[in-house]
Amino acid sequence: MSMLLEVNGVSVTFDGFRAINNLSINFAEAELRAIIGPNGAGKTTFMDIVTGKTKPDEGQVIWGDKNTSLLGLSESEIARKGIGRKFQKPSVFEAQTVRQNLAMALKTPRGPFAVLMHKKTKPNAQRIEAVAEQIGLQDSLTRNAGELSHGQKQWLEIGMLLAQEPRLMLVDEPAAGMTPEEREKTTDILKEAAKTRAVVVVEHDMEFVRRLDCKVTVLHEGAVLAEGSLDHVTSNQTVIDVYLGRSHA
Amino acid sequence: MLRLLSLAVSFWLFLCTALQAQSLQDILQTHADEVQKPSRNSVGVVLDDLVASGLPQVVPFLEGWRDREIVQRSPDGQFFRLIEEGDVARLEDLDSGEMIEADAGAFKDLRPNGGVRRAIGNALVQFQLSDPDIAKRRAAVDAIARSMDVSQLGPLQASVEGETDAELLKKKQRLAGMLVATFGETPEARIEAIDALSGDLSVDVRAVLNTVLATTTKVGVAIPEGVNLAETLEVGADLSADEAYARLVEAELAPAPVTPAQIRAALVANIEGDTVGGVAVSALGSDVARAQAYDRLAATGSVAARVPDANKAEAVADHVFYLEYAEPDPAITDAAREALNDIESRVALSQTVDLGLDALSLASIYFLAAIGLAITFGVMGVINMAHGEFIMMGAYTGFVVQQFVPDYTLSIIIALPLAFAVTFGAGVAMERLVIRHLYHRPLETLLATFGISIALQQLAKNIFGTQARPLTSPEWLDGALVFNDVIAISYIRIAIFVLAVLFLILILFVLKRTRLGLEVRAVTQNPGMAASMGINPDRINMLTFGLGSGIAGIAGVAIGLYAKVTSEMGADYIVQSFMTVVVGGVGNVWGTLAGASLIGFLQKGIEWLNPSNTLAAQTYMILFIILFIQFRPKGIVALKGRAAAD
Amino acid sequence: MRNSFLAQNPSMLWFIALLAVFTIAVTLLSEVTGVGLISTSFVKTLGKTLCLCLVAIAMDVVWGYCGILSLGHFAFFGIGGYAIGMWLMYARTEGIVLDSLAGQPIPPTPAEISDAIGNQIFGVVGSSEFPMIWAFADNLFVQLVMVVLVPGLLALVFGWLAFRSRVTGVYLSILTQAMTLALALYLFQNDSGLRGNNGLSGLQNIPGFEETSQATISILFFLASAVALAAGYVFFAWIVSGKMGSVVKGIRDNEARVRFLGYHVESYKLFIFTTTAVVAGIAGALYYPQAGIINPGEIAPIASIYLAVWVAIGGRGRLYGAVIGATFVSLLSSWFTGGGAPDINLGFYTVQWTDWWLVLLGLSFVVVTLFFPKGIGGAFDYLVRKPS
Repeated sequence: MSMLLEVNGVSVTFDGFRAINNLSINFAEAELRAIIGPNGAGKTTFMDIVTGKTKPDEGQVIWGDKNTSLLGLSESEIARKGIGRKFQKPSVFEAQTVRQNLAMALKTPRGPFAVLMHKKTKPNAQRIEAVAEQIGLQDSLTRNAGELSHGQKQWLEIGMLLAQEPRLMLVDEPAAGMTPEEREKTTDILKEAAKTRAVVVVEHDMEFVRRLDCKVTVLHEGAVLAEGSLDHVTSNQTVIDVYLGRSHA
Repeated sequence: MLRLLSLAVSFWLFLCTALQAQSLQDILQTHADEVQKPSRNSVGVVLDDLVASGLPQVVPFLEGWRDREIVQRSPDGQFFRLIEEGDVARLEDLDSGEMIEADAGAFKDLRPNGGVRRAIGNALVQFQLSDPDIAKRRAAVDAIARSMDVSQLGPLQASVEGETDAELLKKKQRLAGMLVATFGETPEARIEAIDALSGDLSVDVRAVLNTVLATTTKVGVAIPEGVNLAETLEVGADLSADEAYARLVEAELAPAPVTPAQIRAALVANIEGDTVGGVAVSALGSDVARAQAYDRLAATGSVAARVPDANKAEAVADHVFYLEYAEPDPAITDAAREALNDIESRVALSQTVDLGLDALSLASIYFLAAIGLAITFGVMGVINMAHGEFIMMGAYTGFVVQQFVPDYTLSIIIALPLAFAVTFGAGVAMERLVIRHLYHRPLETLLATFGISIALQQLAKNIFGTQARPLTSPEWLDGALVFNDVIAISYIRIAIFVLAVLFLILILFVLKRTRLGLEVRAVTQNPGMAASMGINPDRINMLTFGLGSGIAGIAGVAIGLYAKVTSEMGADYIVQSFMTVVVGGVGNVWGTLAGASLIGFLQKGIEWLNPSNTLAAQTYMILFIILFIQFRPKGIVALKGRAAAD
Repeated sequence: MRNSFLAQNPSMLWFIALLAVFTIAVTLLSEVTGVGLISTSFVKTLGKTLCLCLVAIAMDVVWGYCGILSLGHFAFFGIGGYAIGMWLMYARTEGIVLDSLAGQPIPPTPAEISDAIGNQIFGVVGSSEFPMIWAFADNLFVQLVMVVLVPGLLALVFGWLAFRSRVTGVYLSILTQAMTLALALYLFQNDSGLRGNNGLSGLQNIPGFEETSQATISILFFLASAVALAAGYVFFAWIVSGKMGSVVKGIRDNEARVRFLGYHVESYKLFIFTTTAVVAGIAGALYYPQAGIINPGEIAPIASIYLAVWVAIGGRGRLYGAVIGATFVSLLSSWFTGGGAPDINLGFYTVQWTDWWLVLLGLSFVVVTLFFPKGIGGAFDYLVRKPS
């Protein structure tokens, strides 16, 4: 099976601290994957590397059918190649309306002059409405994003990712601070999205991961500790040690 | 002292015995005409005889002659010193000192002109060289150093032997060496003297050597034999073709070119009706037309012909241009060149050291000015545009203290902690009233503190006026530590350097070894976590800001001591201070030190490359910093990793 | 599209209408074209104020909308003034020199004319040579291009360097301030080629209009400034509305988010920085012929800070806020410093506003940033819109 994203032997060091240590991890097209791991396991740094925010000291990051290397590309170039990222802290443009937020994310030309000369079109409006419906914000399009509830902001950000039409979505703790009902809806949105693209969810909450019902990768000290179904990895003794028995180790 | 006295006494006795042989009046009468109407040339004979007589009266007589106190009695032509007391004029006998009443009109004033008086002065110097009074001897040596006259060499060398003061002896020997190097009789003596000078870095020695190496520009078809050639000049490299041709004209080896102004004047002078040389006057608005008209005039012979450029180039190419030493002996010029090169390389070395010291003291000042800012900006992320005004407040505090405490040492001792207290208070007040409310809006902080800055500046202007106020340093800080003729550093700059080092140690101590420092670092790295550990971030921020401001106050006193205190002095330092912090790397004392050093050394370095233009130096320095930040956006000492990411 | 642009900017129509009414009123009240209630010098003050409003709008776009607190836009303003000032000074001096050479027995050569002009212009800095940068000073068209080109290129190069290395926030502000300081220090030199601290003067005399009175010239410049302000307002309103505005505001609020959406943030910043710099240059080119003189002091960093303060007091992130701020503060400032404000006698001390105005202004920054972060424009919004 050809891989969408291959991360091979990547390492990165901050002031002597090895945040990522010879990490190798692959994602296929149309896959839902959860990444779990204790604090400091390197989850966020891994996303930083894939999205171009952090340059690794060594290793390869290879993308897509043409096997292009993502190293050396800027964040915006990587985003245009089809990798979307949702931050841990909901980051939407609070001073602008939900519609403007989605319109900005919509997959259209990104150059300044194209944007300056951009005209509103019917198909674009329809796409915005479709995404809004998907995330349950179809009635809030004219509201300022700052007025939304915490959960709605999370959805809006996921919606912005969807509007981007990425081939890989990296989602950092989407369920943080949500009510159980909101979590359920978030799960549905992500599962739906994963039918047509790869979705990688970084999450702390085991219950949420269980509900996603997908392949799980456990990161520890910047490397893959275990991979497989949730039941498989939770029965792994080293995983148990890492999560529960660190004080015994 | 005793020895000097006994020497003076024996000298006096010797002169007394000589007195028996001849009187001063006799010598003067021998040369009566020259004394009466001296000229610069004729006076030499009189002076030589007077000096040769060795009479003790000679010195007072020469002084009197120089000061126009000597008169000639009309009937017998005898010379006297005129002493006027109120209306009464009396004549003093030059030999015996006897006083004679004199009628007005019975004598004639001698009025030696300036040149003669200078010659008399020169003659006097020889006596002063051995004068028992060391001040007079020093003055005499200085006078010789100024005139550098060959006639002084003999007396100077003669006086070296009797010199008792070690310092003055050295000076005399050095001066004698310089005179020998210039005027010595044999080439060997001169070369020896020149070689001896090569260890000396002073400006006057370099001037002497340069005199020996003086050259004149010469031009000829070829370089003649036997010329002491300094350098062959290459046209195009050492001098331009126009300059070369001008030299040829000067040496009358080529015809003078006709200048555009001459052409114009000739044309104006030869206007006939509407034309000049057949060209219409109205068409003369171009150089080509003017040349054409002029050439026609030249063809009629009424004006000199122009020299074609080709002829000029040919003439220049046919001649050699060279520099010839005024000194004919190549051995001497070679020795002088070698000595001068030696001295210059040493001077260059010393200048580098001196520049380094200058840069060091500038760096200390920037460090002092910036370290308070580094604390508030680096540790708290707060831009304080009023930081410069805190420096000013510190300086004015010093000024006010000096109004009440006249003792400068004491006043500085009082002013330093007081300035700290005043600006600490001002900083805390500003933090409580303004900055606290703007912690998450750094750009607004910049504007608000800028508002405070212009308000404080204007307030200072209203209170203290616009003129610069002095902050006087104690006497023991006057003067400079002199290493040699080139390297010197003023004590005040040393004091500022010491102060900067003390502050570096103090701040490192506070941050690394005290509870406050620990809490400050905790709040810097993670305010939320620090708060949950029981640290009150509000209190820490207030104290940090107070500390940073207080240090600015002390820096103000230090800067005020070496520069003037004005209401705008803070503004002069604010941009440099920010750059120091940014270049060094925010949030790090060592970074500030590195930034201050870089900027201090850089500024001095650029000034050295382009000493005439400090404005340009500052411009280039800022451009350098802008470029520097391109390559190291986080400064020299950068924090890495996640802590620095946001 | 046209409709939606206007619909998003109701304030724009209001602004244009008010500006038109104001312009007509001033024209009718001025000396030449009206009843003469407004003096020529006051017409100039108003014309200059309009130019300041234009540069304030540019500042508002770069700071209020894009979040770049540039402390260099008044430098771009000054560069525009210098560019046009070079032509004004050259052409006028050329006229004077030609007049004085006309009486000579033979006509002058081009070199003689150029020397005489050089002497007139650069005698004050002890030179008579024309520096390279004056190569096209005799050509109005080229100098007009310079008004746009020089600030634009400087902003482009500086912005490219700064944005590329991700210098943001207060660092960027300090860097722009350093640029301004470097430029001012450079111009202060006698051998800068722009007459050192003497600057360029006599700019109020427009070559080719020697016969026209200053009263007429002042009203012409006033009208030109009003047109430029209106055009600038519409231009920037167009830029900040619509998708461009969304992206630019997005950069201000969350640069990283915009970047991960696939936008090349640096290009957008560079576009805004350069465009506003060009508009600032144009505003300067209109301002200085009305002021009559430009010198390096005008470019000093403090001027750019004042510019930021006008925008802050007027209200960031709304174009009319910048206009309100620039008008209000600059007119108030000339009223106070010109001795217009009455002194206040406190019994023990008399407050003379020429001395105390800056203290008041400084403290008012503090009050505005602390208590009215949205400025006067914010209060205006509050009054116009019903609280939701």
